[in-house]
Amino acid sequence: MDFISILSIFVLACFVGYYVVWSVTPALHTPLMSVTNAISSVIVVGALIASAAAGSASSKWLGLAAVTLASINIFGGFAVTHRMLAMYKKKDRKNG
Amino acid sequence: MAEAAAHAQPAWVLLAYLIAGVCFILALRGLSSPESSQRGNRLGMIGMAIAVLTTLVTRYVDRVCVTAPGDPVAASRYTGWCAQGNLEPYLWILLAIAIGGSIGIVTARRIQMTAMPQLVAAFHSLVGMAAVLVGAAAYLNPEAFGIAVRVTPILGPSIINIFPQSRIEMGLGVAIGAITFSGSVIAFLKLNGNMSGKPILLPLRHVINLGTLAAILILIAYFTHDQSPLIFGLIVALSFAIGFLLIIPIGGADMPVVISMLNSYSGWAAAAMGFTLHNSAMIITGALVGSSGAILSYIMCRAMNRSFISVIAGGFGAVASSGEAAAIDRPYKRGSAEDAAFLMAQADQVIIVPGYGMAVSQAQHALREMADQLKAKGVRVKYAIHPVAGRMPGHMNVLLAEANVPYDEVFELEDINSEFAQTDVAFVIGANDVTNPAAKTDKSSPIYGMPVLDVEKARTVLFVKRSMGGVGYAGVDNELFYRDNTMMLLADAKKMVEEIVKALG
Repeated sequence: MDFISILSIFVLACFVGYYVVWSVTPALHTPLMSVTNAISSVIVVGALIASAAAGSASSKWLGLAAVTLASINIFGGFAVTHRMLAMYKKKDRKNG
Repeated sequence: MAEAAAHAQPAWVLLAYLIAGVCFILALRGLSSPESSQRGNRLGMIGMAIAVLTTLVTRYVDRVCVTAPGDPVAASRYTGWCAQGNLEPYLWILLAIAIGGSIGIVTARRIQMTAMPQLVAAFHSLVGMAAVLVGAAAYLNPEAFGIAVRVTPILGPSIINIFPQSRIEMGLGVAIGAITFSGSVIAFLKLNGNMSGKPILLPLRHVINLGTLAAILILIAYFTHDQSPLIFGLIVALSFAIGFLLIIPIGGADMPVVISMLNSYSGWAAAAMGFTLHNSAMIITGALVGSSGAILSYIMCRAMNRSFISVIAGGFGAVASSGEAAAIDRPYKRGSAEDAAFLMAQADQVIIVPGYGMAVSQAQHALREMADQLKAKGVRVKYAIHPVAGRMPGHMNVLLAEANVPYDEVFELEDINSEFAQTDVAFVIGANDVTNPAAKTDKSSPIYGMPVLDVEKARTVLFVKRSMGGVGYAGVDNELFYRDNTMMLLADAKKMVEEIVKALG
């Protein structure tokens, strides 16, 4: 991919993000933060590339450290979001 | 065209990353209502699994099948599956994922809902650090990332030259990552109480901060000339320093903005890394997270009627209000739990206004019990949430949800503010500045112009507060305490609510 296609993806994704995030209900702003946290750890992709690559040993160890940190975030972020979202209940019984 | 060739990836890989990006968009879209939110979260997990598996598979093919790892053109040509590969790096990767994953899951299970702001700050710092580490790894082994060419001069050893454009992207990525890391660490320490929430003001801080920022940008520009480790290290070190310097002058009340801003930074760090690696999943996600954090910061600033710049400049709440001393002598009405129970049991409608104080004393469960008893007596109970109540966006909603308060009883400021005039009792628990009528009338007040909940329009205001001495985080006295229709309930929030529950029973 050349720079312009990458830039196009980025700019369009910013617009998508803008409209999608405005439609998030304020009651779910905390889960929004925790889930964005989890997905921004997609940076793990770069960490995996470094960990699996041959060549530089120090690069590999840095990569593995990054994989560990990003994994804390991915698993922790999705799990805590799940836990929070499970708590949001509608008034279905008389005394919720 | 060496650069384009180096980044060439098979179409299915590009497609897989695109699908992962779409999953992330749908994950956020799901949060538009609580019903669809769980499905959204699952889509997010699927997207992440797709991104990780795709990377592992392509790297496996790459590693095993390409005989000349130094040659970017060969590295871009996949010849298909090869049987005999060295699986050792994958065992290490699985181990890293297992360690990180278990720490993450255990933390997510154990964390108290009141500690959510700290947890989010800690998670942000991890994203930032991961970005720095990935940047450093890419710097040390640029060929693995397809961002360098090996130049062999006629004389001497061959040199690995990182593409100038990749150097800028990499420099920006590690700089934003490092700022996110050190900023989030300070935010965590402040939120967790390891560090005072009071702003720390260095002399000449604006000059120091702007100078450091300028130095980082100049170094990144110079990095395209000289790819020496010294320049790279300086960029990282200065960025760690500026993250620290940016957050220490910001006070506790501005934490909702800070935490949203760091959320945004973590997204931009991921996007910058996505540019470096030409990875669409990372770019899409980074843009989503970046705009999400930016919008949340904007919403928080608007709810406080403050400009983003003034929050970043810091120092808010550093000077105690001069009205404080005078305030202590003013007459006010003090009530008991029994009085409060009596008043609320007689009411048609009660609106509960929770704030950070409720979170601190963990009063949400007792509060819901109180609401249940009132409902059993035929009283309508609603909750009114100010956008900046608590320490992060949506903090109060999560705590109420934790206490099993149905979300359709919980209303946002603009949806419920007109109802206070027809309400018998406004029950303010642990909130202060967000109810202060001075924001509407007193032009000299630091919170003038901030949208507030019109609690004083209710027939009676019950105000739960630990003591008369303390003021809100903005450091201003609240006119509400001394009004005729206000009754102060001075006690720990949880204890007071429990006593009211007893009195109601």
